[in-house]
Amino acid sequence: MKFGVVVNEGPYTHQASDTAYQFVKAALAKGHEIYRVFFYHDGVNNGTRLTVPPQDDRNIVKRWSELAAQHKLDLVVCIAAAQRRGLMDKSEAKRNGKDADNLALGFRISGLGQLIEAGIQAERLVVFGD
Amino acid sequence: MLHTVNKSPFEHTALATCLTYARQGSAVLLIEDGVYAAAGDTAVSKQVQEALKRVSIYALKPDVEARGMQNRVMDGIRLVDYGGFVDLVAEHNAVQSWL
Repeated sequence: MKFGVVVNEGPYTHQASDTAYQFVKAALAKGHEIYRVFFYHDGVNNGTRLTVPPQDDRNIVKRWSELAAQHKLDLVVCIAAAQRRGLMDKSEAKRNGKDADNLALGFRISGLGQLIEAGIQAERLVVFGD
Repeated sequence: MLHTVNKSPFEHTALATCLTYARQGSAVLLIEDGVYAAAGDTAVSKQVQEALKRVSIYALKPDVEARGMQNRVMDGIRLVDYGGFVDLVAEHNAVQSWL
């Protein structure tokens, strides 16, 4: 079955991101398809590659990137939420005249239309947040 | 329909609201701090037991265990792992997250 997943909370502040990750992993293990994971609101903070958690703690961002590489996941970060929170890829940094970019591997920045499309294309949409 | 509740019933009305709207025969999955509602002998356990007559109630086992609640789960509430969570989502036509 095709699942869409929405993550509305950032890493390390709320369990939502952890639960979403475990859900996606379990769904893939059962042979389901993850059509898209959409990161919205503070959830966009799951996509910064500048995070450096303690070594004995889980690395939430890296974990998403690795899962994406392994299963060709489509991890989409909401552009408006990302701009507000200082999250950008190379082209966004250039467009906004910033001197750095910080989007982690496996994530891409796009618009809210991607959430709507996931809602239409996926057979189930599961929301994780606070 | 599958309803998910991730808030403790002692600090939020998410569970109460969910149970008000959940139709007969639907399923409620308690996750994260929502699993506190699965405990017996609390201020909300009566309400949860009443709800069990109309809806199926599940609790996410890893979250129950992370909170040391494994010996306090009321009869009638079924424990599932993440794979069980996935199955519940697949089995029901839609998912409502009571955030």
